[in-house]
Amino acid sequence: MAANIKEFAEMESYFAPGHGSCSGCGFPMIVRTVLKAAGKNTVACIATGCLEVTTTQYPRSSWKIPCIHSLFENAGATISGVESAYRALKKQGKIKDNINFVAFAGDGGTYDIGLQSLSGMLERGHKAVFVLYDNGAYMNTGNQRSSGTPYAAKTSTTPVGSVLKGNMLFRKDIARIAAAHNIPYAAQAAVHDWQDLFEKAKKAFAADGPAFLNVLSPCQLNWGTKTDLAIEISRLAVNTKFWPLYEIENGVWKLSYKPQTPVPISEFLKHQKRFRHLLEPENKKYLEKMQAGIDREWGLLEKQCAGEKNGV
Amino acid sequence: MSGKKVALTGAHAAAEAMKQINPDVVPVYPITPQTPIIEKFCYFKAEGQVDAEVVLAESEHSVMSISVGASAAGARVMTASASQGISLMNEVLSVASGMRLPIIMTVVNRSISSPLNIHCDQCSTMNVRDLGWIQLFAENPQEAYDFTIIATKLAEAINMPVMVCQDGFITSHCVEMLEIIDDKKVKGFVGKYNPKEHLLDTSRPLTFGAWQLPNTYMETKIEQQEAINRALKEYPKVAKAFAKITGRNYAFVEKYKTNDADAIMVATCSTAGTVKAVIDRMRKKKKKVGLLKIYMLRPFPKTEIAKALEKANAVCVLDRAINFGAEAPLYTEIKNALFESKKKPRVESRVFGLGGRDIFEEQIEAVFNSILSNQNKEKKGGNVYIK
Repeated sequence: MAANIKEFAEMESYFAPGHGSCSGCGFPMIVRTVLKAAGKNTVACIATGCLEVTTTQYPRSSWKIPCIHSLFENAGATISGVESAYRALKKQGKIKDNINFVAFAGDGGTYDIGLQSLSGMLERGHKAVFVLYDNGAYMNTGNQRSSGTPYAAKTSTTPVGSVLKGNMLFRKDIARIAAAHNIPYAAQAAVHDWQDLFEKAKKAFAADGPAFLNVLSPCQLNWGTKTDLAIEISRLAVNTKFWPLYEIENGVWKLSYKPQTPVPISEFLKHQKRFRHLLEPENKKYLEKMQAGIDREWGLLEKQCAGEKNGV
Repeated sequence: MSGKKVALTGAHAAAEAMKQINPDVVPVYPITPQTPIIEKFCYFKAEGQVDAEVVLAESEHSVMSISVGASAAGARVMTASASQGISLMNEVLSVASGMRLPIIMTVVNRSISSPLNIHCDQCSTMNVRDLGWIQLFAENPQEAYDFTIIATKLAEAINMPVMVCQDGFITSHCVEMLEIIDDKKVKGFVGKYNPKEHLLDTSRPLTFGAWQLPNTYMETKIEQQEAINRALKEYPKVAKAFAKITGRNYAFVEKYKTNDADAIMVATCSTAGTVKAVIDRMRKKKKKVGLLKIYMLRPFPKTEIAKALEKANAVCVLDRAINFGAEAPLYTEIKNALFESKKKPRVESRVFGLGGRDIFEEQIEAVFNSILSNQNKEKKGGNVYIK
């Protein structure tokens, strides 16, 4: 049964305040929500990145559950190791409790440098949840393009110039890549819909095997938005179909939310400096290409959710 | 002693020790010439002879990452690797030592690319000598077996990871007789691994791998230095306890006819056996030659090494590794060890056997004769090769 906001607010939080993330950052809400769904008996692994540096500066830690940070690209492997130790020690009776395992990584640590390690974790069937907080670029190093960066976004390695207009490539479909490992649960969520995220996290932890969550995590600093807009931007991302909410449960695709009235992508873009150039009249063709990409992906997703599995 | 004589390759000797120790987690990834170790261990798993969780990783980087996660979670972790595998996991090796995780890894010495070559040398092993791992070097299957057991006890006594290195093919793939001790004795010797702090203790949530600013990072690194140097005190204790159950005594170095030697060769691993054969022959001709075999390279037992060498007139260090743009690695270490000695022997270097090139007794004898007569004066200090 879905939690209501009061129950949710009263739940024990395992992510302490006082961390160093920017005001208006998306991931503290994501981590808090996922950990509320996981409960006390949970061990986390964090990849190097914004989340790690803002929550584990020695001698302080924001983590009220055991937590390990190893490197940038190995969150999948590290949590695989922790979970393997758990299975070994549980078998011997050294560990009594049931424990959940979760890895958090940004898009750089997932789409790019961490992809192999993630694939290994999913393929081997470790019972762990991999949470990608997707802010669409290498934000910890100052906004460089990753293969999760949206089309046409301006980053420090895809600047807007007279020839190139930001990132000229479309991002990988990471949730589909994860799901292609035939894992029991993969889903896409967004930070504004805490209830959807909470329910998906619950399902992910309950899954009989690896699970993957891709959660949109607004970054006011490098998206160039006002600090109080994270929730609104996230909602617009979903309503413009830029960031569809869906889940893949044991191979069955399901849309979690269908926007009632179509909102053009420009509504999402106009609040963000990284996309501002797309609204200039001379860049109209890039805007149209972006919209076409969104429509195409949405079409595929709808077909897939309708059971047309060969839609890809 | 109570052991059983068996004929095994070095790789299978290491796997046998791993089976007897029966660790909790063993992540594996194939690479020549280490592969027979993990294959044998997977065979033991398939036959139900070990309880370990074998994790079939997708790379050596992940092997070491899984090892770090499992070790931090309180498991006894063992693995094996070689060459490119060691290079690929390089980044994670320093995480293991920095987090003070007692992971045990058998390393089979093999050259590194490019050009590709799968045969024995110690370049990849030497490359990682400064990453905070204890390094033990085994001459033969017996020592590979013994050191795997000793390493487990040593690692857990001081919370430091250990590499047990043996030569690729020459040791890893050649069958020799060795004595194995019974399972109970091995298990009794290594004991149970019950770390005080680990990730699975959810009643005491700890953060592993926090990052540090300049105001504390240096203290952590100094503590790590003190921790690895603790092996210099702990290793003799562990080795003594091991000698008690096996009769086999391992110091930091093996001194072979060095006491009255005019010339001493310094070598590691399988080459030591060839050098010993040459020494026996030369001794019959009244030539005072000896061998210092290095068992422990990290931490570096400087005092013991200097003491064993300083009385000789000449020392020649055999390196099965090359150090580009500098002198050979072991040679550099040995010279450094002797720098503070009152009496300094002449120290020469020979680089040999790269990419598995054989070394023959005649070549070693020629080097001995050369250093005994000080024929090589003009080349002192540079890279000199045995081709």
